[in-house]
Amino acid sequence: MAEAGRFRPYRVLLGSRMRSQTAYRRSFVSDLLGSVGIGLVEFAEVYILFANVEVLGELDFAAAALLFALANLGFSVADLLVGHVDNLPVYLREGTLDAYLLRPLPVLAQLITSDVSLRRLGRVAVAVAVLVVALPLNDIDWTADKVTLLLLTPLIATAVFAGLFVCAAAIQFWLVEGAEFANAFTYGGSYAASYPASIFSLPMRLLFTFVVPAAFTAYLPVLVLLDLPGPAGTPQWLGWCAPLAAVVIWAVALAGWRAGLRHYTGTGS
Amino acid sequence: MRLFATLVVLGFRRWSTYRLATAAGAFTNTVFGLIKASITVGAIGAAGGTLAGYDALAGATYAWVVQALVAPVNVFHWNELALRIRDGDIAVDLARPLDPQFAHLAGFLGRAVHQFIPRGAPPLLAGALITGLALPTSPLPYLLGLVSVVLAVSVSFATWWLVNLAAFWLIELRGLLTLHIVGMSVLSGLVIPVHWFPDWLATLAALTPFPSILQAPVDVITGRVEGTAALGVLAVQAAWLAGVLLLGRLVFARGARKLVVQGG
Repeated sequence: MAEAGRFRPYRVLLGSRMRSQTAYRRSFVSDLLGSVGIGLVEFAEVYILFANVEVLGELDFAAAALLFALANLGFSVADLLVGHVDNLPVYLREGTLDAYLLRPLPVLAQLITSDVSLRRLGRVAVAVAVLVVALPLNDIDWTADKVTLLLLTPLIATAVFAGLFVCAAAIQFWLVEGAEFANAFTYGGSYAASYPASIFSLPMRLLFTFVVPAAFTAYLPVLVLLDLPGPAGTPQWLGWCAPLAAVVIWAVALAGWRAGLRHYTGTGS
Repeated sequence: MRLFATLVVLGFRRWSTYRLATAAGAFTNTVFGLIKASITVGAIGAAGGTLAGYDALAGATYAWVVQALVAPVNVFHWNELALRIRDGDIAVDLARPLDPQFAHLAGFLGRAVHQFIPRGAPPLLAGALITGLALPTSPLPYLLGLVSVVLAVSVSFATWWLVNLAAFWLIELRGLLTLHIVGMSVLSGLVIPVHWFPDWLATLAALTPFPSILQAPVDVITGRVEGTAALGVLAVQAAWLAGVLLLGRLVFARGARKLVVQGG
């Protein structure tokens, strides 16, 4: 079997999901609008804050918009690609996960490719629009390093948030009913990532940097881009360590997922 | 009235089954409270110590009280009616000798009563420990606050009811429900106090029932509005409640007239 053949089942699965979502045009459009709305609400918060203040956590409106755009771009792409893994509790309760276990493909890969929420493109679009407007408004001293960092940041942020989604899903093997517990770290992480970490207290900043690596998805890279020193506990150079954060969170996610799957014993019939 | 009370109790009991889910929700509300309080306090600090009458402590209190109320007023999801319309169960509701809106309101209030303490206490406790809370020391704001919360929950129900009724005409409501959540979460004061809005947005908010869902009860409980001003806030809430409930009845009657349920 050629390499292409190995991925064929996933391609077929994803293709069918995309066709089914776009089949009902009007429903799809209203879903897309809903997703754009969510993106706009998130940005409205930043906008309203800066209608009242000039600077927040050493960032002006342009810098805060850049921060918001990078964090949201990473989160919304991760949400689009793997966000549906938070449906796991439904599969666990109904026993439908057993069907995945019977197929000769890794369960996590099947679960991730079992869906792709195209409607979430709406929120991606809002993040991209804010990024395009905010980038030229910032006075960035461009170097080759910074261009590389800017291009890598959305990819790494996507990886970090996707890893968080998988961690959150892994916990569901034990919690099942307590699914919302994990939202504190996925959606909470995204929320915290959209604001300058310098406004958080030190313990909270450390939590959202080293435990939930939200600060790596946007704040620390923005510090590098804007040549800002960064607050105590999270110096600017950490911005270059974002790929490492993505690797670590995925190692934790995969280990947690394996342990969770081993813990799973089915719901009986 | 006895029937209404019974339905409220049933709503309460229905939700009290999900203990772990309630604990998980309270935890998440608290973590979000922490982030929100940091943002509000940060903004107030950046504005030079006070912003639209909020000092740092009042701003943190706002964030925590909002997080305590967000589950009872149910900003995030209610599609029970839409599902019943879609699968035809609404025919059963129409056949019952009680008003569907009245019965669902009771269930919604019962849910709120259940969520009030277990979802409300943890964020407030965390707030008291982490930032401190600026709450009134006399009993009156709490009494008025309780009335205001009941009105807020009812206004929230009335808006959800109206949006759910679209199911009489549309099959798929997810996008519409999301837009409702979007509107509600900005204009209710969930993300930022309505008092911080730029003028155009404040005007827009005042033209909707949404500020009655969170900003109003928080203003009353925290004593930001007192005396006759507080009564004025309650009156605005009551007016929105009456208006939106009535509109919901009219739309429901129209929808029920065109309803065709399949099967036997």
